This record gives sequence, structure tokens and C-alpha cells, in this order.
Amino acid sequence: MRPETSINPGLEVTVLVSIGRHPVTGRARRADQDARGVELARSLEGAEVQLLHAGEQAETSEAALRGYLGMGFSELSLLEQPQGADVVPALAEALDAAAPHLVITGERAERGEGSGLLPYLLAERLGWPLVSGLAAVEGVENGVATLLQALPRGQRRRLKVRLPAIVTVDGAAPAPRQSAYGPARRGTFEALAGPVCHDEEWAEWQVQPARKRPKRLKIVKAASARDRFKAAAAKAEGGGGQVLTDVTPEQGAEAILKLLREEEVLR
Amino acid sequence: MSDLRRRDPRKEWIGRNRLHPQHLEVLAELGMGAASEWMGPNGVIRRNPHAVGFVGPNGLRRIDRSGAQQGVAGAGASTSVAVQKPRVEIDDPAFSVVVVPDMAGGRLSSHDRDLIGLARRLADVDSGTQGVVVAVIFGPHKEVNFGEAGIDRLLHLDSPEMAGYSPEARLVALTLVEQSWAPRHWLLPDSKLGGGELGRRLAARLGERPATGVWQVEADAELPSGWRCIARGAAESLDIQRPLPRVSLALAECAEPISETCHAAAELSLPQSLPSMLSRIDDLGQVPVDPSGVALSEAEFILSAGNGVKDWDGFHHAAEVLGATEGASRVAVDDGFMARDRQVGATGTWVSARVYVAVGISGAIQHLQGIQTCEKVVAINMDPGCDMIKRADLAVIGDSTRILEALVTLVKQAREEKRDAA
Repeated sequence: MRPETSINPGLEVTVLVSIGRHPVTGRARRADQDARGVELARSLEGAEVQLLHAGEQAETSEAALRGYLGMGFSELSLLEQPQGADVVPALAEALDAAAPHLVITGERAERGEGSGLLPYLLAERLGWPLVSGLAAVEGVENGVATLLQALPRGQRRRLKVRLPAIVTVDGAAPAPRQSAYGPARRGTFEALAGPVCHDEEWAEWQVQPARKRPKRLKIVKAASARDRFKAAAAKAEGGGGQVLTDVTPEQGAEAILKLLREEEVLR
Repeated sequence: MSDLRRRDPRKEWIGRNRLHPQHLEVLAELGMGAASEWMGPNGVIRRNPHAVGFVGPNGLRRIDRSGAQQGVAGAGASTSVAVQKPRVEIDDPAFSVVVVPDMAGGRLSSHDRDLIGLARRLADVDSGTQGVVVAVIFGPHKEVNFGEAGIDRLLHLDSPEMAGYSPEARLVALTLVEQSWAPRHWLLPDSKLGGGELGRRLAARLGERPATGVWQVEADAELPSGWRCIARGAAESLDIQRPLPRVSLALAECAEPISETCHAAAELSLPQSLPSMLSRIDDLGQVPVDPSGVALSEAEFILSAGNGVKDWDGFHHAAEVLGATEGASRVAVDDGFMARDRQVGATGTWVSARVYVAVGISGAIQHLQGIQTCEKVVAINMDPGCDMIKRADLAVIGDSTRILEALVTLVKQAREEKRDAA
């Protein structure tokens, strides 16, 4: 079910898109969360959606960016930045100039440091509110957006935020549509100039492919050999569990209800 | 009567056979019951090794042949004494390490404990200049053992504006902490919501470049901070080695949790009151979601059925009323009462629910493996001796159908009362 959206004439939405990395092959692709963000923007009725990418224009990255154009766009704004540059100043300047109502980004990049800090830094610079981990935009009315935030364990939370705002999209947002080949070929890049700021710290760090993390060992701290043996050989024993025997069903149900209330799982 | 000793070979045989049902009676009759020594029929002293010695401190029977030590024979094997952990008090700290635990469900999660373990490593680096671990927690909680988790100072902010989703108010509180105590390190869990978000906001506000996805921290004397860390980057595909910054967002299992010492967990309060501010984000509360649509592996509250369930309609109704995701044991699935994707256990889904209610499940080892990470287990069962009862935090022995009915009635009653009051 598509969430109900009211018609918002002139709602300007900018989606920040980046170049993703296929988890198996490592090839450039549409970044998953960014593509979900584009899909979310497309589902907003009456919104004017702009795509914005900051980075260099190279052969490999162009194919990935055309993936976004294939989702029904004729144009993508490209802030040209050299490799290894800090894109935050340029993006902040571009967004400040364009002044959209809503900026949608993914949670974290699939290349580079991937710290997920960019939306937070932009929000801090622009002084806009930020909401993270979005599953859906329910509607925009009178400069206030109603959002659905994805919580762990499949839960959802409804939030209201005043626009302009930056939102990041969670993996729980609707899956992106397939990129169409024809529009992707026909789409054009509109190059923008921006300040270039080199990221010096990043160049100093040692970066290598991820190592498998060591598995944590179960350490048994026991004073004697007998305790160690018991810990190694023992069956799971509750110990401290409360057992109610010879109670009426009502009493049993009350005890269970009390525990459920304490854990706050009943709504 | 002659005073010839008469032997009864049968009784002697029973006396030697400890498995014989009449063994104890016969022993008492022969005068060998509690005595550890007696004169045998041929005039030889016989000893019963089971009747001598004493139970040592770790529950093993000891026979001291020197005769110097005489314990109480038959002292209960339950000699486990609650070990007092050494208590650590730091009165005059040189610096502080601030941790902001997630407190998912109102308690310190294992991720939080790992993080506090890491904070302790950073604080205890030099025995001359001791640092304190300060924990900042928001909203109401249910945790009682902050000290045993390794926390020296506890700042509990429980004002109404900190409740729910309030990142802006919490950020203001954290900046006040920064101004008041200027901690040497900030540590936050790099979790989906909560620490991961708050930490990034804090870093952006403080103008620090944080390390995110930190999974290893090592001492490095060459660096000014004294520590370097390895962090995950680029969608978990890169390891970045870098100096440890002031603000770090660490993954689970970044360090060992504290288990050997007990700390003070003294209450702290902010030196100045929080400035009132207008929040630009309104929390309208959680939205009810269809519990059957939630994946079993990440469901928070599972009502699981096994072989003991007879009234399936009642079970489904109870799950609906309680708002629980349905699970099942293998037997219930094999018998066709539940779908295969609902099976919990080694061959089905490994669940991580906070509350797991097992109805009529006796607890096969494969099933217990599947619910290893569940926090609270409630068992409803007829058999008081089954393995599920041993695992459960609360077990109710009785007819599951009637207990579920009573539970449904109670929940409905409570809801109606609430509605009437509102």
C-alpha cells in the first residue's frame, strides 16, 4: 500500500545520490539507500524532485549515476569534486543556494569512509532539523511533514518535522523501481561548480579490505577445576526462574500479565 | 543358646549391595549403618569409605587419613557463596570518559556493556592518573546493576522532554556535559537508532570528526592521544586504521565487558539546568504494526505454540489480542498446525525476542538453542519437570488453554478500563 500523500504544489525535494558498491562484485551501482530515497521522493505527489551528486565525472561512475536517471529523470546536477575531496562545503553551499524544502539522503555511503556523517554535518551547517532512518513520508501540509521512522524489530514511529529538513532513508523504505535503459541514456548531467576542499585526514589513515572479526570466546572464570568442568558440561539451567504450581488459571495469567507489563510489550 | 556367631549370608550380601532396596535397613540391622568401621566376621576391621570423610569447600568428599581434620560428614553440597567483587572507588579523578548507553528496553544491553568495558580500558590506562567512567542515561530505566557494569558516575536525565524520540533535547544535554566536565573521550554505541544517531549529532555539534564502526582499540604510545583504533568503513568492506578521536562510535564486542570489579555508580547532576528549547521534531508515538508482518527473527514479543496446545483458535486469538508474533515448535509445524516459516529453533528461525512466551513447549534442545538470545522466557506447561521450565524466567504449570483464556480476558478488561478512564 502506498501511503496517502496530499498534493503539494511546489514542494521542492532534493535527493542526494552517491555511487554505490555492489557487495559481491564491488562494481559501481546505484547505492541501495539512495535509490530508496529517490523512490520515496517519486512517491510524493506534486513534488519537484532534483537529483544532486557531488563527485568526479568518470567513466565508471557515470554508468552508476545513469541508473538514477533511469528512474524517470531527465537531468542530474553534478557538483564536480576531485577524488578524495570533502564534499560537505560544496553540498552545503549548493543546498543553501537551491533552498529545497526537503533533502533526502541515504544513511551512509557504500564507498570511502562511509561514516554516515554527511547528513548530520549538512544539518548542522544549514541549521535544519534532521530525522534519520525513515520508512515513509506520509504527507506534507503547511510546511510540516509527517514521517514514519523505522525502529528496530519492525516497529514504526510517527514524527512531525518542520520544513526545511534533511531526512535519511532506512533499508525499510520501499524498494526502488528498476532503472529504465532509455531514459538513463537520454538523461543529461548539469555540471555545477563548487568550492573544493581536500580531505587531508583521510589520506593519512591506513585503509585495507575488511578483515573478518575474531569471534568472541566464551571465557569461564572459575576458581576450581570442578567449576570449570561444570560450566563446560552443564545443561542449561534456569536458576532463579519463578515456577508457579497449583495456581488457578487466573492467578497464572495475572503473573504473566505483570511480566508483560514490566517489559512493556503490551500496547 | 550358644554364643556362636551366626552369619546370615543373604543379609551380608544385601549389606554389600548398595543398590538393593533393603540395603539401608539391613545395614542398620547389622550395625553397619552409620558406623564407618565394624568388626568383620573373621575378626578383621572393615571400613565403609562412603561413611567417612567430609565434604570439602568445593563440594567434593575428602578423606583426611591423618585424622587432623574432621569435617561434618554429609554437609550439604550447596557451598556456593556469593562472591564479593572487589569494590573500586575513584574519589579524585584526573579525567573522565563519557559513555551514552542505548538502554534498549530500559536495561544495559550487551552492546552497552562492551562499550563500558572499552571505556574502562581508556579510563584505567595509567594507575597514577585514574579516570572515571561517566554514563549518561535518558528517561526511565529498569537497570539495577550499574556499578557491576563498571560505571563510576551516573548522570540520569529524566525530565519529560527527554522521553521518546527527542534527539535535539538530548543533544543539548550532552553539550552541557561537554561544557561542564570536558571529557577526554566520548563513547557511543554505533547502533541503528539511539547511540548511532546521537553520536553523529554530537560530533557534528562539537566539530569533532568521529570514528564510526570502531571494533578494535589498541594502545599506541606514538600517537598524541595514546590510542589507535580500527573502524569499519564503506558498508563494512574496509578497515580503517586511525588515531582514536575524542568521539567514537563503537560496534558490539569492541571490548570485554566488566565482570570482576564493582564500581560506585554515584549519582551526578548537571551543574546548571537545561535551557528550554523549542523542538522542531514532534514525536507522535509508535504506530501499531501488524505483528504477523514482522519477521520472526526480529520480532520483539513472540507467542509460541507447541505440542501442548489443543485449542488452536484460542491460541491465534490470544496472539492477536496480545499483539504478539506467532511462533511454533517443530512438532506443531510438522503436525500442520502452523506454517513452516513460523518454526523457532535450530532448524527454523533463531529468534531474539525480548519476551518469548512458550505455550505447551517442553523445550527440546534444538528449540532452546533457537531462543538462546531471548531476554525473558515465560513457559506455560503441564509438566513441571520439562527443560523449558528450567530455562524460563516465569513458569506457570497448568492447562494452557484456560490460562490463555484468562490472560485474554485480563488484557481485554485492562484495555476497557483504560478506555473508560480516557
